[in-house]
Order: sequence, then structure tokens, then C-alpha cells
Amino acid sequence: MALEEKLEHTQLLISGLSQGCVYGLIASGFVLIYKATEMVNFAQGDLMMFGAFLAYTFISIFNFPFALGLVAAILAMAGIGALIERFAIRPMIGEPHFSVLMITIGLGFIFRALAGFIWGSEPRSLKTPYAGKVFEFDGIIIGHENIIIVLGTLALCSALAFFFKTTNLGKAMQAASQNQLAAMYVGISVKKINSITWAISAAISATAGILIAPVSLIDPQIGFIGVKAFAAAIVGGFGSLPGAIIGGLIIGIGEQFAGLYLPPGFSEVTAYAILLTMLLIRPHGILTSVQIKKM
Amino acid sequence: MTILELKNVSVAFGGVKAIESVSFSMEHGEVLSIVGPNGAGKTTLFNLISKIYDLDSGSIIFNDIELKETRPHEIAKLGIARTFQNTELFEHESVLNNLLIGCHVHTGTNLVDELFFLRKAQDQELVFRKNAENIIDLLDLQSYRNTKIVSLPFGIRKLVEIGRALCLKPKLVLLDEPSSGLNPEETEDLVFQIEDIKEELGISILMIEHDMNLVSKTSDRVLALADGKVLTIGKSQEVQEHPQVIKAYLG
Repeated sequence: MALEEKLEHTQLLISGLSQGCVYGLIASGFVLIYKATEMVNFAQGDLMMFGAFLAYTFISIFNFPFALGLVAAILAMAGIGALIERFAIRPMIGEPHFSVLMITIGLGFIFRALAGFIWGSEPRSLKTPYAGKVFEFDGIIIGHENIIIVLGTLALCSALAFFFKTTNLGKAMQAASQNQLAAMYVGISVKKINSITWAISAAISATAGILIAPVSLIDPQIGFIGVKAFAAAIVGGFGSLPGAIIGGLIIGIGEQFAGLYLPPGFSEVTAYAILLTMLLIRPHGILTSVQIKKM
Repeated sequence: MTILELKNVSVAFGGVKAIESVSFSMEHGEVLSIVGPNGAGKTTLFNLISKIYDLDSGSIIFNDIELKETRPHEIAKLGIARTFQNTELFEHESVLNNLLIGCHVHTGTNLVDELFFLRKAQDQELVFRKNAENIIDLLDLQSYRNTKIVSLPFGIRKLVEIGRALCLKPKLVLLDEPSSGLNPEETEDLVFQIEDIKEELGISILMIEHDMNLVSKTSDRVLALADGKVLTIGKSQEVQEHPQVIKAYLG
């Protein structure tokens, strides 16, 4: 009994970890845009969904090789992200935050409708070279897709960290997120930085969508996990990228264990229960540099 | 040689004429101070030169280039740096990083050089670091090199901001009330620091300043502004004794 329980826990931990990575990635998308522009993009989950559909189109319909389809989908989403910033967000500079928020909610509707229109509401599955394969040891079964999710997240996070630390563009992005006026007068084009931020954020979401596609099928509604990712971003301390990943992991793992120990249905509300608890005990999140920005 | 020239510059916000046909010019290597009561339009003038606002009419010529379609972030590359009255720094970074980001406007590397830290990126990092260290020495900021801005007193922050402006290697620097918030001792040091910027670095300085003692000690000429118009421009003593200036201050 004890052994069986241990096995079950390990199994849940692994699926929680991979689910949490996906939440964490989408949460990073939220955080990036928030840090750069102080706006919350509620279409983040739908960008993920759209990215997954694009990958599906490239790989399963156009028969691109897997790696090429992946890169094409991520680049296309980066382009879409930059276009959204240019044509939907930039004209709203100086308008109330609430109006911008409504625009991003509206964008979410547009993406869902567009996806339904193009690909229909039937769930699709993305052909991957690794789907369905498993590792098995000591009775624990780990799907390759779960390992790929964790490794993919690790690789993406390291790449981002490296980018922010070493490149001028990365430094300029950090500078602009701390003080836009100062950034402008050391020669940084803040508008360009905002476009790039949206592009990177959309690309990260697309990656999350592609990673999760083999685990949960793709349909126009999968973007709603963006709401859970939003909770993850807050739990992690809105404004911290490592925090977003940690928040995602907590919610991902929490969900799995709630499914085991609590009555049916509770796992669906776990994300929000964790969010509310966090707001009660540590409102500024796990990792955050509490900063008051001059407006 | 003229470095900056304003010709009939005007700007209005709604019905308020903030700046009304202001004209003046500044020589290379000159220290020109702008004085005037609150609401005279001094900072607006700075914002016009640094392109936060667009002109309604007139023209601004810097180093033979008319600043017409110039965007605010392009000002740095042209050779104009500025500071703000209440400082605009990257508060969660160290003093050194704040200065280094000032150097980056002169970057000659691309993403590939930087990602792989190629020779070009290494050399550039050395040059930037040396440049930043020179500025640290000039402004006596050695002991704050690795301190984050948030934990610095206001007087030091103002110096760091001047330092960051100097790291851009500008031809002209705009200082918005460099002495406001400084104690008398710091203000005294500022006199020498402004001289050093002018003499050692050969940078022209346009500054808004209220401290008449600092103004007289450092400025080659003084411009008095009131209600968006130039009252007079000339030697510090003459301006202070000008009847209209006295009237503007005392009513």
C-alpha cells in the first residue's frame, strides 16, 4: 500500500511538473508584457492556442518536418505578437488601463473565433515524433511528452536569462521596463522595445502551446488555461520571470494532488484557491521586487 | 561656433502659450543658465529641445541639424544628453550599470557578437567600462560603484544622473536644476564638477538653475525667462540687475 501510494505520488508529481511548466511559460508571457508596458494581456492563453494550431497546420497539413514546423509556428506567432502591439496596443498609449485590458479580452475572442472558423471546434492532435512513447522504471511511467515539456521549459528559460544578461537588446528591454523616460534619453527606442516584447511574449506562448499539444488535444477553447496561468503569474509575484515559473509549478502540482485527495471537481478550482490563499498571506507574491513606479 | 540655436520657438498647450517665440543661440563650450520664476517655461524649453514635445512653430538647430522629425530616442545619438529635476534613473540597478547603459548608445556590436561574446563585444565592454570609470572618477562616485540607486541619497542620485548623461559622450548636456535637493556642501562641489565637465570634457552645458550663487560662479551667460518669453540674455551680473528680471521675481 505504502509503495503504491509512493508510486502514485511520484506519477502525479511528474504530470504536475509538466503541466506546471506550461502554466509557467504562459505566465512568463504575462509578466514580460506587464513589465514592459504595465498592461495585462488577457489574450495570452489564446496566443498559446493559436500557436499550437499554426504548428498543427504546418506539420500535419503542410507536412513540414517537425522541427521546421515548430520554428515556423513560433516565428509566425512572434510576428503576430509584434503586429498586435503595433496596431492594437500602441494607438492606446495614454488611454486608461481598463480600455487596453478590454482590447486584449476582445483579441482573445477574435483569436478563438478565428481558430474556430479556420480549424473548426473538433479537437486536433499534433503529430510529434515523441508522442505516445514512455520511459518506465520502478513502475513509474513517464511519457516522453512530459519530459520534453520540462526540458523545453528549462531550455527556453535559460535562453531568456542568457539573452537578458548578455545582449544589448536584453539590457535595453530591462532598462525600458524600469524607466521608459530614462531609457529614451540614453537612446533606446521604447516603441521598438514594446514591439519586441510582444513578439517574444507571443513566441513563448506559442512554444507553450506546442509543448502541451501532445498531452491535451488542440481546440479553440484550450486558451482558457491562460486564466490559470494568470493566477500563476500572481502567485509568483507579478513582475518576476522566475516567479512566474515557480507559480506555474505550484499550481500545476497542486492541481494534481487536489485531484487525488479532494472530491471530484476540486482540481479545477485549485488554481484559484492557491491564488486566494497567496493573496491573503503574501499579497505581493513569492518572488517580487516590490517597486512603485513613477507614472 | 554655434552648437545650439533656437529661432522663434513657440508651443501652446490648449490656450496656454507655454513658450512664445523664444530665440537664442549657444556657443560651443559655453555654459548657459536659464533662470526664471515657477511656470516660466524653463522645463518646457528642455522638453522641446529633447523632443518630448513638438514645436508649434519656429526651429531648433543643433550642430547644423534641424531637430524636426527627430524622435526622443534619437536625441542621444545626435549628441544631446539630459537630466531631470527629480532624476530618472534605473533604480534597481547599480550605479555602474546605470552609467554603462549610458555608454550603449555608441554600441558597434550586433546580437551575434554579444551572444557569443566575440572579440568585438569584449573590446567594446572594456572601452565602455573604462569610459564609465573615468566618469566615476570625475564625479567622485567610487564608493557607490556597486550600490543600487534605491539605496542612495538624493544628492548622489543627481550626480549619477549627470554621470549617465556624460557617458553618452554628448556635445551638449541639459541639466534640469542640478542643485535642487543638494545640501550646501554638495552644491559647492557642483561648481567644480560643472567646470570639469566644461574644461576637461569640452561639453557645452545648458542648465536650469535657481541657485544664483551657483549660476554666477559657473555660467558664461544667463538667460532670464518669464511667462514663456525671453526677458534678457547676458552676463550673470547684468541679468540679475535687469529691471524686468527683478520685476518678474518680485512682482
